[in-house]
Amino acid sequence: MDFLNPVINGFSVVLEPTNLLYCLVGVVIGMLIGVLPGLGPAATIAILLPLTYGVEPVTAIIMLAGIFYGAQYGGTITSVLLRLPGEASSVVTVFDGYQMARQGRAGTALGLAAIGSFVGGTAAIIGLTFLAPLVASFALDFGPPEYSALALLGILLVATISSGAKAKALIAAAIGLLLATVGRDMFTGESRFTFGSLQLADGIDFVPIAMGIFGLGEILYNLEERHRAAKAPSKVSNVWPSKGDLKQASGAVGRGSVLGFFLGILPGGGATIASMASYAMEKKRAKQPERFGKGAPEGVAGPETANNAAATSSFIPLLTLGIPANATMALMFGALLIQGVTPGPQLVEQNPELFWGVVNSMYIGNILLLIMSLPLVGIFVRILRVRAAILAPITALITLLGAYTINNSMFDVTLVVVFGVVGYLMKKFGFEPGPLVLAFVLGELLENSLRRSLLVFGGDPTGFLTRPISATLLLVFVLVAVLPGIRSLMAKRKGAAPAGTTNKIEEKV
Amino acid sequence: METTPAVSAGRDGSSAVPSGGYARNDLPEALTPEQLAAQWEAEKPPAAGALANVGSSLVVLGVGVGALILSVAMGLGTPGAPQPGLWPFMISCVVVALGLFQLILGRRNRDGEKFTRMSFAPLTGLATLAAMVALMPMIGFEIPALVLCIIWMRFLGGETWRSTLVVSALVVASFYGIFVLALGTSIPHLF
Repeated sequence: MDFLNPVINGFSVVLEPTNLLYCLVGVVIGMLIGVLPGLGPAATIAILLPLTYGVEPVTAIIMLAGIFYGAQYGGTITSVLLRLPGEASSVVTVFDGYQMARQGRAGTALGLAAIGSFVGGTAAIIGLTFLAPLVASFALDFGPPEYSALALLGILLVATISSGAKAKALIAAAIGLLLATVGRDMFTGESRFTFGSLQLADGIDFVPIAMGIFGLGEILYNLEERHRAAKAPSKVSNVWPSKGDLKQASGAVGRGSVLGFFLGILPGGGATIASMASYAMEKKRAKQPERFGKGAPEGVAGPETANNAAATSSFIPLLTLGIPANATMALMFGALLIQGVTPGPQLVEQNPELFWGVVNSMYIGNILLLIMSLPLVGIFVRILRVRAAILAPITALITLLGAYTINNSMFDVTLVVVFGVVGYLMKKFGFEPGPLVLAFVLGELLENSLRRSLLVFGGDPTGFLTRPISATLLLVFVLVAVLPGIRSLMAKRKGAAPAGTTNKIEEKV
Repeated sequence: METTPAVSAGRDGSSAVPSGGYARNDLPEALTPEQLAAQWEAEKPPAAGALANVGSSLVVLGVGVGALILSVAMGLGTPGAPQPGLWPFMISCVVVALGLFQLILGRRNRDGEKFTRMSFAPLTGLATLAAMVALMPMIGFEIPALVLCIIWMRFLGGETWRSTLVVSALVVASFYGIFVLALGTSIPHLF
């Protein structure tokens, strides 16, 4: 029962009125940005980072987490009703969800998705509750060499799994590492890349980078995109699925929960990949796969369950190893650092209120989201009518004014605008911004542990191979780095010019 | 807030063809996932050509070489006793290597986007943002914010004048209420 004590104490943290309020605020914002066109959860979290300065760490993370998994619920609504995926992780929901809507079963599709999301999310929280302390206790004896290897592997995986050109994603990651070195060298105290600027002497803050590259960069990019004006239906009726529907979808929900949970843990995995994998699996398993794309309930329930389970379980590497598994988790990492909390294996032991408070808040958040997606779904459907043209300047102003409030300085605002341009240009030229921010966040940890381990090894880099865990991690690192090159070489031998194009579509889907 | 659905009408003048085309396509129709994926692919902005790749690779190379020179100047030391420049030196080497790789082998990748007539929108947006950053310390945030809202909604977003003016005024007033009156932040303000 000793194990359960901190878990139960976590509930008392969640039930504090402030935390409950921030949880509600988080999931409502998440739901809203899921429904509204334009900003994704990463951009929203980046823009709202200044909000977290004034509150307790646990409260801040409860809210940011709520935005993240709330967006998984909200993204479904536009997929089903408008055939426009609100989030990348809801793209596959479009195929069957929109067809169900055409057949007059929009309510059923939304209801199934909501129930699936709830089951997947809750299952993943339970999984997290049991798995996270195990992983953390395993990682407690990690030393600097293991951390160097783990951080390297994490950055590489996130860069190579992202859609788009791998080399460009790696370039973005390397630039992120380079940006992290700006400022004072922790070992010698010398200034690096500051060009004599006093404002750069302490390094570049994480918040302006995140707000600029994720937030403002995405706002500018969206200005250019054609605003797809689609007419939203005014009413959705009958969101409670029938017993038959539930029975038909229950298998998909179960499989989606498990699949999503495990895909979410992997670095570079996460909600988007989980939803695609679940759709593919359901289609493969189905007795009549031709029903898919024509309104099969499993095609909605499975992916929606999986993306929510993955969104929840992707907290495991962050909270137990201190390694963010994707760009959104990198933002959480940054938010925790701002609060003076370093995520890592000691978090469960040293900061049980924070750890269990955040984990348990997800139960509450999921219940709130279930309520918002079933009885209150009509309100959010109405919000679909708010136009992107009105939202864009509001979000831009929130970003600028929010950036000012961090340190009451115009320098931060200028930095945000500069990084906004960088973020926009990166998107334009096909460089993923995610790996840059992730690498920036991990840069200091990586350099620190690399230099510490080299000190331990007396300057001999082969020392990394003498420790079993760091050696294994580095082996995986090399495999991940080399395999795609070999595979593409082999594909080229087979003379596959069209392979590139089909790949593109698969990634998009 | 609820004004006439002027989005499509307002946009047609300034926007490219696909937005109008999409609205028509949005009538109920049966599309298989493959067709839908192909349609999304077709709606994407035109891909950038080889020139964009050369340009971006050269920028990357420039950053890499610059960082390389600066980190050598900081002193490298040995792995056992590193100077401040060693770690940046290692990263810069990776940046240069990847930049060269991208320059030579990335020619045929089509993952960038071409700059089109639509790219003036972000450029205008950026100009208003820069103006706001420059003017805020002098005349406070209210007037620049109002101008920014009007430009973004009317000219970049194609809203009607009426909704633009009403919403912009509301937005600036509520920002004033939140940031100045309620939170008491020190954001430069005129009134």
